[in-house]
Amino acid sequence: MAEERKRKPMIGLQSDTDWSEYRGVMVVVEQRAGVAKAVSWQLLGEARRLADKLESPLLALVIGHQVQGLAREAGYHGADRVYICDSPELASYRTRPYSRVCLYVIREYKPEIVLMGATYAGRDLAGAIATHLPTGLTADSTQLDVDDERLLLASRPAFSEKMLATILCKQFKPQMATARAGVFEALPRDEARSAEIVVVPPQIDPEDISTQVLGFVESLERVNLEDADVIVAGGRGLGGPGAFSLLKELADALGGEVGASRAAVDLGWIGHDHQVGQTGTTVRPKLYIAVGISGAVQHVVGMQNSTYIVAINKDSEAPIFRFANYGIKGDLFQIVPALAQAVRARRSGGLSPEGVLEPMSAAGRGE
Amino acid sequence: MLHLVVCIKQVPDSREIRIDPKTNTLVRLGVPAIINYYDLHGLEEALRLKDEFGARVTVVSMGPPSAEKALRQCVSMGADEAVLVSDRAFAGADTLATSYVVALTIQKVEERWGTVDIVFCGKQTLDGDTGQVGPGVACRLDIDQLTYVEKLESLDLETREVTVHRHLEDGVERVKARLPVLITALAELNRPRRASLPGILRAARYQPIVWTTNDFPTIDRAKIGLRGSPTIVSKTWVPEPKQVQTEWLPSEDSAAAATALLDHLYSTDLPQKLGWA
Ligand SMILES: Cc1cc2nc3c(=O)[nH]c(=O)nc-3n(C[C@H](O)[C@H](O)[C@H](O)COP(=O)(O)OP(=O)(O)OC[C@H]3O[C@@H](n4cnc5c(N)ncnc54)[C@H](O)[C@@H]3O)c2cc1C
Ligand SMILES: Nc1ncnc2c1ncn2[C@@H]1O[C@H](COP(=O)(O)O)[C@@H](O)[C@H]1O
Repeated sequence: MAEERKRKPMIGLQSDTDWSEYRGVMVVVEQRAGVAKAVSWQLLGEARRLADKLESPLLALVIGHQVQGLAREAGYHGADRVYICDSPELASYRTRPYSRVCLYVIREYKPEIVLMGATYAGRDLAGAIATHLPTGLTADSTQLDVDDERLLLASRPAFSEKMLATILCKQFKPQMATARAGVFEALPRDEARSAEIVVVPPQIDPEDISTQVLGFVESLERVNLEDADVIVAGGRGLGGPGAFSLLKELADALGGEVGASRAAVDLGWIGHDHQVGQTGTTVRPKLYIAVGISGAVQHVVGMQNSTYIVAINKDSEAPIFRFANYGIKGDLFQIVPALAQAVRARRSGGLSPEGVLEPMSAAGRGE
Repeated sequence: MLHLVVCIKQVPDSREIRIDPKTNTLVRLGVPAIINYYDLHGLEEALRLKDEFGARVTVVSMGPPSAEKALRQCVSMGADEAVLVSDRAFAGADTLATSYVVALTIQKVEERWGTVDIVFCGKQTLDGDTGQVGPGVACRLDIDQLTYVEKLESLDLETREVTVHRHLEDGVERVKARLPVLITALAELNRPRRASLPGILRAARYQPIVWTTNDFPTIDRAKIGLRGSPTIVSKTWVPEPKQVQTEWLPSEDSAAAATALLDHLYSTDLPQKLGWA
């Protein structure tokens, strides 16, 4: 039998309670193979606002292997100072070595707020760090703010998304929260910005790396709604799984992804990865087309931050129209194919598949 | 023998909780209490390992006395022993205080029945909904954590290594770790079994072990319950999605509706933002 790693005793509460040195808002940047998760830049965007309000610096922490480029990117996305810890042992995410780096940076540089994406890795890491420090941790925030007493107001859905609750941590620093992807907006990438880069020595304890990542298989069929610019979502009105192919055609023509309401997912018409809403994914595409979706509050809260919302529904009283910039009352089986064809026609420079010339642009509409 | 501990929580079935539209408050009356959905998947995985390798399965829960019912249900499915830690002093615990008490409980379970090889938790609870207690417990016990596990590929008792598949946003990660570990279970992991008849009979007579603060001589009272919880709920409210002015498009003819919609979309900044020709 292999030698057992010796377990150490439980950690205790930190005794010093002078938190006045804790300043700055820090975002832990999540990456895979040197590519940042969109949520990291979204969090930097929101954290920029918090840091400005607190008149303190915006910090980013980049952990990984060969991630120097990401450290610069963090600057382009708003960070004033970027801590970078780069080591082959940190190539893939593992709780222990990553926690150790975070704990070192937090203890050394004392940020007053630490934010991470509420992703699988982000929640895994945040839960470990908050226990270690210890400090309070709010999961899955969808709103962030700070008050006059420099308290982080982290609001999150509660009770199966029926309510929102604002959560504070008064006793400890840093105040920590994970935040959902797709909720906050990244700052425009600006190469003119440059951040101070601080190199952090890796904190590798051989005992920490007994866990091995054997491999990663990307799921190609898994949709990425969070990063989609266009989403065409279908609901119970589709009447069955077949009609999702109509939506897929429209989504393809628009260069977008297919989303769904929970009703459609629960009926087994499409996978849960496609579900938009409070128990699915929160999205903020530039264009959201809701097809055969009634617009229940649990769905709407997950897509209301889309830039433009189009609703197609045969019931003009459907609540979804209250949130839609453009409404078409009618039968989706007529409208969706027509729309897909019109989009293909216009995007291929006026030539529809049948070779019929379509009006080129909106220029002549004279409004 | 393998020793597996499963952490479960009895929760109100929040899918059944309604908001009173008049008062904007939660209606909890008559909401059934159930075992947190994901925890049953943790239990099932422990029971599968017990079936395959032979194991002692101990279920632990921190909660009110009424949670005994949930623990009996676990026994009816095949758990060997069930421990409820219950004390008014634990009430109001957030994830930090909960993981402290759950970890202490597991340590006491270890004193009694031997060191633990795998601790199972659910991915998250229906009511707390954080997924933070699992990592918190692992951290306090100083064992490795494997979160969001959708498949337990293999367990090698010789090398004491476990290989699992972790579900991530963009794919699946295969990870190998050395026991002892803490695993948090996803619904994809398995299908929880029904109680067996002998299990039901045993559960009917079974009295869960109940521990209070007095059973933990070294417990630090500053770290439990509301007092030991750094997070405070400062307010709750029911969100109101913002409404917009809807522009209705003519819809008698679907081709005309499609063209009209595109005309509108093309007159916005969308084509530029999306790089449409
Ligand atoms: C705790 C909890 C969490 C939830 N989380 C989510 C979530 O994350 N996401 C989510 O979406 N829901 C969620 N829901 C469910 C939500 O309350 C609604 O039940 C669900 O969104 C309804 O889906 P739907 O709009 O597709 O179906 P329906 O409400 O049945 O609406 C179907 C619509 O299709 C229209 N229609 C029918 N035929 C046609 C046609 N031929 N052409 C055009 N229109 C047509 C109908 O007029 C109707 O408006 C949650 C519920 C609970 C209790
Ligand atoms: N009071 C509790 N007693 C025992 N286990 C718990 C308790 N609370 C949470 N857990 C475990 O921790 C997991 C995550 O819970 P949470 O962090 O509340 O989402 C649950 O699925 C349980 O396995």
